[in-house]
Amino acid sequence: MEISPFVIFFASIFTSNILLTNFLGMCSYLSISKDLKSALGLGEAVIFVMTATSVLNYLVYQYILVPFGLEYLRFIVFIIVIAAFVQLVEMILERFIPNLYYTLGIFLPLITVNCAILGVALFIVIREYNFLQSLAYGAGGGIGWTLAILALAGIRQKVDESKIPKGLQGPGFAMIVTGIMALAFVGFSGILSIQ
Amino acid sequence: MAEVLTTVSIISGISIFLAALLTIAERFLLNYGTCKIIINKDKELEVKGGNHLLGSLLQNDIFIPSACGGRGSCGLCKVKVISGGGPLLPTETPYLSREEQENNIRLACQVRIRSDVEIEIPDELFNIREYTTMVERIEELTYDTKAVFLRLPEGEEMNFKAGQYVQIKIPQYGNNPEEVYRAYSIASSPSDKGLIQLIIRKVPHGISTTYVFDHLKEGDRLDLNGPYGDFYLRDSDREMICIAGGSGLAPIKSILHYLAENNIRRKATFFFGCVAKRDLYYVDEMKAFEEKIPDFRFIPALSAPEEGDNWAGETGLITEVVDRHITDGSEMEAYLCGSPGMIDACIEVLRRKGVPEDRIYYDKF
Repeated sequence: MEISPFVIFFASIFTSNILLTNFLGMCSYLSISKDLKSALGLGEAVIFVMTATSVLNYLVYQYILVPFGLEYLRFIVFIIVIAAFVQLVEMILERFIPNLYYTLGIFLPLITVNCAILGVALFIVIREYNFLQSLAYGAGGGIGWTLAILALAGIRQKVDESKIPKGLQGPGFAMIVTGIMALAFVGFSGILSIQ
Repeated sequence: MAEVLTTVSIISGISIFLAALLTIAERFLLNYGTCKIIINKDKELEVKGGNHLLGSLLQNDIFIPSACGGRGSCGLCKVKVISGGGPLLPTETPYLSREEQENNIRLACQVRIRSDVEIEIPDELFNIREYTTMVERIEELTYDTKAVFLRLPEGEEMNFKAGQYVQIKIPQYGNNPEEVYRAYSIASSPSDKGLIQLIIRKVPHGISTTYVFDHLKEGDRLDLNGPYGDFYLRDSDREMICIAGGSGLAPIKSILHYLAENNIRRKATFFFGCVAKRDLYYVDEMKAFEEKIPDFRFIPALSAPEEGDNWAGETGLITEVVDRHITDGSEMEAYLCGSPGMIDACIEVLRRKGVPEDRIYYDKF
């Protein structure tokens, strides 16, 4: 059954959130979620890179790897494409939109190694999405990831002022919050399902 | 076989394509053409855009002090960037106080030149230059201290104030993988502009001192740049107290040369602290200054004289000796050079004696 791109878009934001259901992209999620401003900066960068690279990787896969029967090379090729794309974006931003570069620029190199980006590209292959579905999944995945990190950053900012047992401070507490958030998001899963 | 070839060629093809794309992009996107650096509203430099401010200034023979070589880890290369520096970067904030941030002080090694930049630097930095010197003489002063005399090239001279320091460039050698710069105070007279004397005390396993002690020979070349530092003789008539330990004698010696040669009649006392007699050096030279400077007294002190030293002079920690000799310090000016521990302890004593803190000048190493 063909799933509509709209369904994929919304599902990947809420019910199949790449971070909260697949737990991908955890390292930057845990380390950059201390305040809302940086979380938003990183989130914006992820939305942009994830949307663009999911489409790019879809094209590379369909038009280069499949015709030559080299599907098994997708891991290495996807990573190369992501890394090169991030570099290119960094240069373009630095040159033409310096202000954006200063707010977003420091996060871009972090994204190259964000596994959610690679995860999205690989899910597109596994689920055999077409071009529009890939675009929707990439954009939705990025927005969903941003939503999750913003929620965590908001909670952490509040929690910073309360007393937490020493052993749970920092990442420990973030993991618990993430687990509870994941449960909440799973509550939506009956509405839309894509996996 | 065919599959292996297609795999290799596809992977290489994609990589080469992307690498070429990035190279071309870098060529066109990160090419900022020629930018101007305007210094103190007066001097104008034309540099290639895209590089860091520190390096661009260095290429134009303007030496901003920097100990880490532009890695952003020493925080020394502060300059005032009036315009064109872009926003403050997260890599700079740890090294800048709030006041400095408000005054547009930046780290020159982190600011990239993307457009015309206007900066302000102290005038004396223009005076800083790099020299290739020749090691004229190395003298052994004690078992672990040497005096190195460096001859500047014919016709070149360094204008420095008595008390300032230079940085010498230690090249790669043995286990030392990269060039490093180390700072040493100048011990010779400011009037002798062609010959620089440094006093170097051996630090076990120190990169620089090991080089000087085990590798450097008379006749060798040694690159240095300078002069740097705000530890120098101030122009006043106040009575001076100089306190030094170990190789900290160097800048004090330069100051004494200056006083003697210019017939400056200031009352001055020099406390020189060492452990035992085998650490003492230049005692006769310092005594000779008592003849040349009318109101000068040299007081060497040993903290733990050995048996057989036959020491009749002062003993005890340098702080105790200073404490015994000074009663009222409120009209005095102090010059200290030595280890951080010694300096902090001496500042404490001098403050107690009434020397105002803004008249205590020191050089910690």
